[in-house]
Amino acid sequence: MARRSTPLLRRLLAPSPSPSPYPSTPLAGAVSRRTVTYMPRPGDGAPRGVTLIPGDGIGPLVTGAVRQVMEAMHAPVYFETYEVHGDMPTVPAEVIESIRRNKVCLKGGLATPVGGGVSSLNVQLRKELDLYAALVNCFNLPGLPTRHDNVDIVVIRENTEGEYSGLEHEVVPGVVESLKVITKFCSERIAKYAFEYAYLNNRKKVTAVHKANIMKLADGLFLESCREVAKKYPGIQYNEIIVDNCCMQLVAKPEQFDVMVTPNLYGNLVANVAAGIAGGTGVMPGGNVGQDHAIFEQGASAGNVGNEKIVEKKRANPVVLLLSSAMMLRHLQFPSFADRLETAVKRVIAEGKYRTKDLGGTSTTQEVTDAVIAKLG
Amino acid sequence: MARRSTPLLRRLLAPSPSPSPSTPLAGAASRRTVTYMPRPGDGAPRGVTLIPGDGIGPLVTGAVRQVMEAMHAPVYFETYEVHGDMPTVPAEVIESIRRNKVCLKGGLATPVGGGVSSLNVQLRKELDLYAALVNCFNLPGLPTRHDNVDIVVIRENTEGEYSGLEHEVVPGVVESLKVITKFCSERIAKYAFEYAYLNNRKKVTAVHKANIMKLADGLFLESCREVAKKYPGIQYNEIIVDNCCMQLVAKPEQFDVMVTPNLYGNLVANVAAGIAGGTGVMPGGNVGQDHAIFEQGASAGNVGNEKIVEKKRANPVALLLSSAMMLRHLQFPSFADRLETAVKRVIAEGKYRTKDLGGTSTTQEVTDAVIAKLG
Repeated sequence: MARRSTPLLRRLLAPSPSPSPYPSTPLAGAVSRRTVTYMPRPGDGAPRGVTLIPGDGIGPLVTGAVRQVMEAMHAPVYFETYEVHGDMPTVPAEVIESIRRNKVCLKGGLATPVGGGVSSLNVQLRKELDLYAALVNCFNLPGLPTRHDNVDIVVIRENTEGEYSGLEHEVVPGVVESLKVITKFCSERIAKYAFEYAYLNNRKKVTAVHKANIMKLADGLFLESCREVAKKYPGIQYNEIIVDNCCMQLVAKPEQFDVMVTPNLYGNLVANVAAGIAGGTGVMPGGNVGQDHAIFEQGASAGNVGNEKIVEKKRANPVVLLLSSAMMLRHLQFPSFADRLETAVKRVIAEGKYRTKDLGGTSTTQEVTDAVIAKLG
Repeated sequence: MARRSTPLLRRLLAPSPSPSPSTPLAGAASRRTVTYMPRPGDGAPRGVTLIPGDGIGPLVTGAVRQVMEAMHAPVYFETYEVHGDMPTVPAEVIESIRRNKVCLKGGLATPVGGGVSSLNVQLRKELDLYAALVNCFNLPGLPTRHDNVDIVVIRENTEGEYSGLEHEVVPGVVESLKVITKFCSERIAKYAFEYAYLNNRKKVTAVHKANIMKLADGLFLESCREVAKKYPGIQYNEIIVDNCCMQLVAKPEQFDVMVTPNLYGNLVANVAAGIAGGTGVMPGGNVGQDHAIFEQGASAGNVGNEKIVEKKRANPVALLLSSAMMLRHLQFPSFADRLETAVKRVIAEGKYRTKDLGGTSTTQEVTDAVIAKLG
């Protein structure tokens, strides 16, 4: 009896050992011992195909980083790569067909030329596959100091209509009309998606962003749809905010926001502001989802493909696409791989040794990628 | 510039707040941002067949029901009364499970001897749930004699010693047939290695007694070795079941995933559950190609004794953790995380514990404590 109780006594009397070498991040120690009880179905380990579009600018650099990390983890995904560039007239049919087949796509940014007659291929992809919800998750990463704390905002943005309808015409020379189209159908489904997201992820509040004091009918219709859906979720708080006040509140008191549902243009701007206050567009993951397909990419500013200097020096930040690919792994129902990848990335950021220029460091993409691979558990 | 940098400086210079120094789990899990992009329609409620069962079954399934309601989880239960002394599982129950694909059940008491075959086993064979899984791990705050236990026992569920083929050769002489097939051994080995692969486990150990039952357990081992070749990244070794039981109580940290035939799995799972905290806390379930039944991990046929039922002191933790596995199986990871975190916090706190964990609480008190801790 005495022999068995000694180790027990020793454990009770010893001070609790600090499990992580970084006591300031409670995340590090806990996640490494996180036992996720999970009973997979037989056959769940079969590899899944993912369409990969490297894109322009920094795209090939960061998608290359994702590929390396996936191989290091032996993740059950294989990539079907397609070359698409922003100056093509349309997205090639084989790419669309591949995404329809695989149902999931990972892409770098596609540069959209300003002006001219070429419509954005990013938008084209979303409309073609009816990916009507764009999601950006902006949150403070431990170890990355920012001017704003307690940021944990998810911006859900309508992706197919609004100001991005692409319907413009020149009435008379020197006068151009651009049509913003808001439909009840699209507003309703984005509101439904936002509230369903809040419900599934234990979020407490949904805020609708609008400018209905000026665009009374268009944004008014959007608000009506949100209010109708809000009635079905009595447990979730719902409020509305005008977009200019919203932008100001985001930089003043970001902790008041939780989930935000917005039409197309406001969503783009709000997502960029939220990403900026939480650490930059180089770290916030996101994607586009529709009924059948999902495309994962850089959360905000997906059309931003960096400048030539970054591409030359290979100093693009791979964190954002790595976190988005972790979302993708969770979407494909590989929660354990997703957790490993996210933990490794967060540890690298918390450590602070390997950071690219936008986070205040001097590392190259490859150095950050190697650091993440080294930290995979 | 100075005005913006002051809060930043203050944050960098202030000491890092430690939410609760002894449980790194509590603070981190409450701030765990799981980036997760659901498909539209993922929030639609799913039906789950519920079988309260015998003995402590109705008590603990009632606890699960209360917690699910408190969380507003998108599941609704179709309840069916099944008792261990029925001749067979009613057809409507099987049909309901086939429709819902997922079932949660309390234990069904199997009478010793007699002609009634176990309804637990009947359910598994009828739905071809060929893998039984028990996850045995130390819970923070629950002191045990063994540390660093994190074992998953994957047990073949349909054949072996449980074939139910017995006959009396002559009066006073009974033969019981143990049947091992390549088909079943192969699929359970495949499931075990796939589990290890998907959950980042490093080692799979096959448990056998092939020195005595050379052909039967030898066939099992052959199948395991074949599958092991396809997973070069995962260590594979074999251990004889008697040595295994001794090693479990001496050095449990050497085991990771264990794949076993039917009977050894039952015993090994119970030993592993016992060293890690008891059968009252270990979650588990049975899974097949199409269906899954979640229940108390080990000793599912153990329905407690009358005294526990009378005083309502059954431990709901095992079934709560199993229902968290079920939520994850139904692809509601956020709800699963919340439930697991709440249960682990209640155990870590140590205030509300039933008798098998050394406390004096009733089932209802533990359930209320879990509901109070839901984030």
